[in-house]
Amino acid sequence: MSTISKKDVDYVAGLAQLHLSDAETNRLVEEMGTILEYIEQLNELDTSGVEPMMHALEVTNIFREDEVTPSLDRDAALAVAPLHDGEYYLVPKILDNGDGGSA
Amino acid sequence: MTAWHQKTAHEIRDAVAKREVSATEITRSYLERIETVDDKVQAYTQVWRSEALAQAEAVDRKAASGQALGPLAGVPVSLKELLCTREGETTCASKILKGFKSPYDAHVVQNLKAADAVLLGKVNMDEFAMGSSTENSSIQRTCNPWNLNCVPGGSSGGSAASVASDCAALSLGSDTGGSIRQPAALCGCVGLKPTYGRVSRFGLVAFASSLDQIGPFSKDVRDAALALNVISGRDPLDATSANLPVPDYTAALTGDMKGLTVGMPIEYFTEDLNAEMRGLIQNAVEVMKAQGAKVVDISLPHSKYSVAVYYIIATAEASANLARFDGVRYGFRHPGAQTLQEMYHLTKTEGFGTEVKRRIMLGTYVLSSGYYDAYYLKAQKVRTLIKQDFDRAFEQCDVIITPTSPTAAFEFGAKTTNPLEMYLSDVYTISTNLAAIPGISVPCGLTAAGLPAGLQILGRVFEEAAILRAAHAYEQHHGLAMGKPALA
Repeated sequence: MSTISKKDVDYVAGLAQLHLSDAETNRLVEEMGTILEYIEQLNELDTSGVEPMMHALEVTNIFREDEVTPSLDRDAALAVAPLHDGEYYLVPKILDNGDGGSA
Repeated sequence: MTAWHQKTAHEIRDAVAKREVSATEITRSYLERIETVDDKVQAYTQVWRSEALAQAEAVDRKAASGQALGPLAGVPVSLKELLCTREGETTCASKILKGFKSPYDAHVVQNLKAADAVLLGKVNMDEFAMGSSTENSSIQRTCNPWNLNCVPGGSSGGSAASVASDCAALSLGSDTGGSIRQPAALCGCVGLKPTYGRVSRFGLVAFASSLDQIGPFSKDVRDAALALNVISGRDPLDATSANLPVPDYTAALTGDMKGLTVGMPIEYFTEDLNAEMRGLIQNAVEVMKAQGAKVVDISLPHSKYSVAVYYIIATAEASANLARFDGVRYGFRHPGAQTLQEMYHLTKTEGFGTEVKRRIMLGTYVLSSGYYDAYYLKAQKVRTLIKQDFDRAFEQCDVIITPTSPTAAFEFGAKTTNPLEMYLSDVYTISTNLAAIPGISVPCGLTAAGLPAGLQILGRVFEEAAILRAAHAYEQHHGLAMGKPALA
């Protein structure tokens, strides 16, 4: 399981929304392979019956009164966005209208 | 007389409170120091000269009108680039957040302001806190004040270098696998990682949410306690912040170690540890014994798996956290994108650096369909075993000591071609974050090459008082003449 193929790296890059050059892909095949091989040592351990540590510390539900409190001002939030119209964030179009995808 | 920029935070605070000196004079001393040496060290990415002087003047006005001053009155502080501040930019040393101006202050920044501290500016780091040398910054290269050809450690390298070069009295950084303690050790200052949940993470740009914790860098242990007093406590905006009272940590500094049992993990003091580092730690053990500590061997049998567990859990969490940098709400958006998908791809591809991409890829891989159980679930189970090791060890001792880092500072480029070798720089610090316990690094001498070494002291969850007490007693009695880096 420790080897990772070029195809695996391409697949994961797609999930991670990254474009990789051929050189980057080849380097990652090698580097991720080395790191995954190192990680393989965990398989020496029998962990059957061990509970996974899901939280850093014991957690309990935290309740509060259902009261309206001030939140970040809309203008302040929009001011740091790359593109907005004063009310909404603007993004390139999402749905394909059949013209080949260009806006 | 010692220049103000060489003094500790508590000396500054006391002098300002007694009106022996103005906060403005202190701030000017630090700004001058930055001007003199920071072009060599390059710790600062932003210096907020006028804002800092305005804050100092406000403290002076408060003092003049007889109002009570905060616990960090007039103390100049630097902040790691990933703490949100209304002043300046919050870039995480990444191209993807270049120019980002946070609309709010991080919880710890609000606390510093309420304590009358003076914020000098932001300091360098590895991009998104991923690295152990600060070489992964997209902004600049920060040098170790003790040897400008060496790295300051990382990821909070700018925080450590700013304090070690007397360009800040205190700094705040973050520690996910050693990012406070390792650079503190390599730069010869004190660095404290509190218990997970001790300090609110609101306004800390997230790397790995179950491991990240904010903590102080300081010139001595008392200052670390003072800073912890200010930044700790429950914050409704961070549901993981602990609802526990905050003691006065300076009250724990008794100057001795009577009644404390110190554990030495047998797994860490083997032939693998270089002789020089082992000698320095052994000297520290003798000092602790002389101060009344009882020293016992303990075992952390799963410690050798820490780095492997960490690089599954931390990268998995990072891949989820960093997905938010999609070019929609803040930061960089690639101008060439025609469609939404293209915008995501081009923005991330252009915005993230090599190490960040490597970790996103690893994290995405270990969480991907078919691999989740083999990697992520397995790592969480081994994380339980690592935590249980500490639980058992702390039945036999009150604090545990280890080296902070396997070596002193290394030269630029020494580990950049081999990611795994860089990851192993954190072999002594990583298990602390996995077990959620607190840890502090305190200087324990210089190597033959004249570079600082760090002693790490670990404690039970929420027992920062015990590690601060041990670190302080050691610092008071270690008899080391560390001196200061020979910067002009």
